[in-house]
Amino acid sequence: MLASILASGLAAGAIYALVGVTYNTMFSTSRVMSFTAGQLAMLGGVFGSMFTLKMGMPILVGFLLTLIACAVIGVITEFVAVRPVLKSLDQHLYVLSTLALALMIQQVAAIKWGTEPQPFPRLIGWGSGAFDEKFWLPVAACALTIIGLEYLYRRTLVGRAFVAIAEDNFAARALGLPERNLRVASYALAGVIGGIAGFSGGELLLAFFANGALLNFYGFVPVALGGLGNNRGAIIGGLALGLFQQAANFLVGGIFSSVAVFTLFIVVLLAAPQGLFGAATARRV
Amino acid sequence: MTAIPAEPARRDGGGIRAMASTLAPFLGLLAIAMILPFVSNDYWALIGTRAAIYWVLVSGLNLVVGFAGHLAIGYVSLLTLGAYTTSVLVAGNVMPPVPLVIALVAAGCVGALFGVVVGLPALRLRTFYFAMSTLGFATIVTQIALAWQSVTGGGIGIAGPEFPPPFDTAWGFYYICLVFAGITTWMSANVGHSRFGRALIAIRDAEVAAEATGISKPRMLIAIFLFAGALAAFAGGLFATLQTYITPDAFTFDLSVLFFIAILIGGRGSILGPMLGTIILTILPEIAAPLAAWSTFLYAVLLLVIVLAMPGGIAALLDFKNRRPLASHRAIVPRPAGLAEALPQRDGGKTLSLRGVVLTFGNVRAIDGLDLDVQPGRIHGLIGPNGSGKTTTLNVISGYYAAKAGTLSLGADALPPGQPTLRARRGIARTFQTPRLIGEASVLENVMIGGTIEGQATFAEAMLSLPRHHRDERMLAAKGRALLGVVGLESLAEVRADRLQHSELRFIEIARALMLRPEYLLLDEPAAGLSADEIERLGALIQAIAARGTGVLLVEHHADLIFAICDQVTVLNLGKTLAAGTPAEIRIHKEVVSAYLGG
Repeated sequence: MLASILASGLAAGAIYALVGVTYNTMFSTSRVMSFTAGQLAMLGGVFGSMFTLKMGMPILVGFLLTLIACAVIGVITEFVAVRPVLKSLDQHLYVLSTLALALMIQQVAAIKWGTEPQPFPRLIGWGSGAFDEKFWLPVAACALTIIGLEYLYRRTLVGRAFVAIAEDNFAARALGLPERNLRVASYALAGVIGGIAGFSGGELLLAFFANGALLNFYGFVPVALGGLGNNRGAIIGGLALGLFQQAANFLVGGIFSSVAVFTLFIVVLLAAPQGLFGAATARRV
Repeated sequence: MTAIPAEPARRDGGGIRAMASTLAPFLGLLAIAMILPFVSNDYWALIGTRAAIYWVLVSGLNLVVGFAGHLAIGYVSLLTLGAYTTSVLVAGNVMPPVPLVIALVAAGCVGALFGVVVGLPALRLRTFYFAMSTLGFATIVTQIALAWQSVTGGGIGIAGPEFPPPFDTAWGFYYICLVFAGITTWMSANVGHSRFGRALIAIRDAEVAAEATGISKPRMLIAIFLFAGALAAFAGGLFATLQTYITPDAFTFDLSVLFFIAILIGGRGSILGPMLGTIILTILPEIAAPLAAWSTFLYAVLLLVIVLAMPGGIAALLDFKNRRPLASHRAIVPRPAGLAEALPQRDGGKTLSLRGVVLTFGNVRAIDGLDLDVQPGRIHGLIGPNGSGKTTTLNVISGYYAAKAGTLSLGADALPPGQPTLRARRGIARTFQTPRLIGEASVLENVMIGGTIEGQATFAEAMLSLPRHHRDERMLAAKGRALLGVVGLESLAEVRADRLQHSELRFIEIARALMLRPEYLLLDEPAAGLSADEIERLGALIQAIAARGTGVLLVEHHADLIFAICDQVTVLNLGKTLAAGTPAEIRIHKEVVSAYLGG
């Protein structure tokens, strides 16, 4: 049983962590938390199943098309729900505009794709039992994504520009960085990360429209626990959340695991509103 | 959907016409609702009943979302909770069956309790976090309803309660729901137009200023979470009756979206707007049957359009009063003589003193061992170059920063460090460098915020519109008008504050601060952005305030004003006192002249 808990916990945790990173990637360049993060991961599964099973494309082609489609949705998010409300960030209108867009995405998926969970293809076919690919694939995807992001942020010019914008938007703009284009690019990147989360977790979560709302919440918990914009916190938080949830799931049953996760979320946030790895708030007066 | 929004404030000044025009739309809706049975069929009874039940929930949620500005997007959870509580109690699954009335009351109590539990995160978190926690709660409640089969019947469901005759027919139930909707409209309008409603909006739009006027956010929010939770669960009981049989599927997230979006489409801080929003969103999918499947998509599009194009919602469309152009070239002419009535004469007040106060931000010593004594009835100027710690000193006195070392006292009593909401009760009021007002509230309402803690009526009294509440409202409105007269803005009392010019906002802030009848008034650059004439009048006003026995601590860059009206001046530099004395002494002080005044 320990093996099952570890396998399913790490797998679910890796998906949550990736959704958390999706939140953070959008947040870093725009200071906006977007409700579309979970929807992007849901679309990763739905598009993946659609391209490979419904349309019969090869896995690799389906994967690339899924990522492109998710990147496009990410860019649409930036144009429709983020850019128009950035002027008045303090009014938190982005909560409403991204919620509206997320609802639209979910509703279209429900009507066009169907409200029943649909199967996702076996991608590679390695492993069985606790080492089934549906368990290790999300973990591997999460690890590769992190390595890729680290490389991007540390070694490439574009990545450093992302970091500069995230650190100090005004200073970065004063240096002449194309803030707007970088923001669009970061939303495309977030779309790709969300797509990876959904595609790699497709066998575990299936292609199901309601995953969006679920992943919105479970992907946000690690962000809240780890602190906004902190990828390391999101990864640790995500994996811990997955293990905690699956352990509770196996030991005391499904509902209580949900209740336990929710209680944990509320208690940690009340005790440490900035998250466990977050920084203090700005001056108010 | 009846309504009798109590607006005693207008009863005095605005007269019966103003009240009639406020009431007319509610009475119109009620009339339409009353004749509905005679012009339509049972199908419309169902829709009408549904709209009424939704409104019972939305009228409470409106105070959370529309007034307090907390984005509670998962309120279907409380509807579910109420529906199951009522059904289970009436069916007798866990204990002997109880009468429907008791079950509904019990549902209300459970809802109130969980309303607070769900709302607790809002005390520390805003916006996205709170939205997420309500969303998380909504998913959990549905899961529990599915899994707890022995009580809820799981996926098979449970029969809803039945109302006794004559309310067991479609139209009978419609009328009783209408009555409930009317009562909740009345209660929520009472709260909305009371000092509690204004305080909620103040917390939403000007939280820092709300703290300075002594408004306690936790108490205020817990009260409305209790209220909104109880109404939502009560609506759940009615909803279960309407459905006759409930399963977890009946409580989709789409319902949450409907409630939430109805309020935003209606407009924040309004009662009529969200009511129209609820009716429109309930009817919309019905009149266009092909749209039914797309209803949530439609709501989402509406939400996006509202956010991007019309942030004020329906309420802003209907706000004809604030479309009339204001007079241009308005001059502010304060009448300090009016202070004789508005501000009682104080004698023998206490000294406000700071001893050895130190405040650091990281390695920066913003205040570095400051001693300061402000005497009652005197004007004490605080000047110095930018970054010398003037505003920071005000923030330490009003409790926004807790000093790292040193003491703060008023007379013999120490002032607790870092507790801004306690300052108002100790008689310390202040204004801000950038005016912190509620743009969407009227000028008079903004001023009345200042006197919130003086009200006597409890939340329950305000909700039920009892006499003490009316006395509070009359007292606050009268004082507010008197003080608006003092600062020379009484002609703008009913205008939305965000339509005013900057200099007028500064005077509104002073009027708001004076509502407390403060022992000490802290003014943070009140002359910034004022014309020369206005600065002169401001000086006379400040002198008149001090003459009533109120001590004034004035942070200002206009040296002329400082030297013209101050009794004492302290010059700060790098967080330390550079010089202190009378204006005449400071004016010739060598270091001050070279460091600050120039010469």
